[in-house]
Amino acid sequence: MALEIIELCTNCWACQPLCPSKAIYEAKPHFLIDPDKCNECSGDFEDSQCASICPIEGAILNADGEPMNPPGSLTNIPLQKLAA
Amino acid sequence: MNHLPEHIRQKVFNHPCYSEEAHHYFARMHVAVAPACNIQCNYCNRKYDCANESRPGVVSELHHPVQAVKKVLAVAATIPQMTVLGIAGPGDPLANPERTFETFRMLSEQAPDIKLCVSTNGLSLPEQVEQLSQYNIDHVTITINCVDPDVGAQIYPWIFWKNKRIKGREAAEILIAQQQKGLEMLVAKGILVKVNSVMIPGVNDKHLEEVSKIVKAKGAFLHNVMPLISEAEHGTFYGLTGQRGPTNEELQALQDACEGDMNMMRHCRQCRADAVGLLGEDRGSEFTMDKVEQMEINYPEAMKMRAEVHAAINEELESKRLAKESKVQLVSIQGLQKKETTRPVLMAVATKGGGVINEHFGHAGEFLIYEASSDGVRFIGHRKTTPYCEGDISCGDGESVLDKTLKVLAGCEAVLCSKVGYEPWGPLEAAGIQPNGEHAMEPIEDAVLKVYEEMRVAGKLEAKADEQQKVA
Repeated sequence: MALEIIELCTNCWACQPLCPSKAIYEAKPHFLIDPDKCNECSGDFEDSQCASICPIEGAILNADGEPMNPPGSLTNIPLQKLAA
Repeated sequence: MNHLPEHIRQKVFNHPCYSEEAHHYFARMHVAVAPACNIQCNYCNRKYDCANESRPGVVSELHHPVQAVKKVLAVAATIPQMTVLGIAGPGDPLANPERTFETFRMLSEQAPDIKLCVSTNGLSLPEQVEQLSQYNIDHVTITINCVDPDVGAQIYPWIFWKNKRIKGREAAEILIAQQQKGLEMLVAKGILVKVNSVMIPGVNDKHLEEVSKIVKAKGAFLHNVMPLISEAEHGTFYGLTGQRGPTNEELQALQDACEGDMNMMRHCRQCRADAVGLLGEDRGSEFTMDKVEQMEINYPEAMKMRAEVHAAINEELESKRLAKESKVQLVSIQGLQKKETTRPVLMAVATKGGGVINEHFGHAGEFLIYEASSDGVRFIGHRKTTPYCEGDISCGDGESVLDKTLKVLAGCEAVLCSKVGYEPWGPLEAAGIQPNGEHAMEPIEDAVLKVYEEMRVAGKLEAKADEQQKVA
């Protein structure tokens, strides 16, 4: 059970200091989550901290590989405008 | 600037972002050490790596505090006019407290002659006020776009607050409360506060007059209303949903309405989070990290040279201020004798800095707009364009560079430059904008007044005044 940061990440550092398990680390070309350390914040917080501050839709995936913040969920930009 | 209380004037007279006079002489720089943000604004897109864009939130290189300090020392030694170092992003500086304060701590030790300032969305401001007051940071800018959560809900889709992402009206409510609390705490500590507001037509344009009154009552010393930037290619919510920015006229009308006895700031250039140089210029490319690493900087030596440069500029500013004061007295005495009201006229000015007319029409990337009237000259704002001499490349929709400039200068009746070429002369005249290259190297306000006086003598100020009277 772990979250994953993918290539949409812009390296903004917002998530890294919030992680209660210190699972997030700086890497090239983008930040990564150590799957052995990540417990999705269970026991620490109600919501996964990295996914709660990440500004980029689709940059963090859940254990099933689905985006924690799907397109349009953070910016309210209509999907057809995002595609254009 | 002259109507500020003396203790505030002393603090800001050499700050290019706070003083209209100073911005012709002194330079500022921003270091991009603060990438994280704790809120989302509808005018911002968190992909920030574009060298060709000049707008807030955008940077080319992110720095660690040690690199940032190295860069600041290199710039300060090379550009002695640089008096101010700001941390403005690209995220929210106070959402990156360790990086931001580490940079300030090192700079206050190594370069005590540089003023430090910081801008913030205000969300985590109350908890940082104590630390801010410890690092000799006497200027803070808070971006306050609203005091009404219903308006805020249309500007901020979410905030990160107490370990949760909060959306909608509730988010705006928390943000507004934190901003107002932070403003009050800073004022109580004696830290100068400037308030920035982004004017978003149809969203907060009507509301900003109230914002202005409230922040002024709470002790902000300057209010800066900026136009929304919302080009579709920036990929922001406003850009992609077709929200327009205000016209120059709408912006000016709102700034006038907010003014009252509050100081409005009209020379803001909405610079990048890693801008370097005088307002309106960006010399950031001369100070990329690989170039900075090559430079040998002896800062104690540089500080001596900087002090000399600053003393010379301050002397010039002070003599100008005194000259202006005596002129104002003279004008008011004359005014008592012969009260003649002539209509106000807008004029555009091309300048590279120094408070004089010293830029060719064709090289100007922006024009400063002044209003001359029987009450004197006042600065209205700046308008950006593409320099005419960068060739006659069309701007995409078939509009030529000159057409763009003519549009930008709409409402102006003269354009004062060190030189105007033969080619643009005709189209400028045809558009009702008199090209004027006769006041090269003269102080801007003197030249504007002279041209206004010429217009008065030529009877150009009476005609429309008559019309106005008829209308009234």
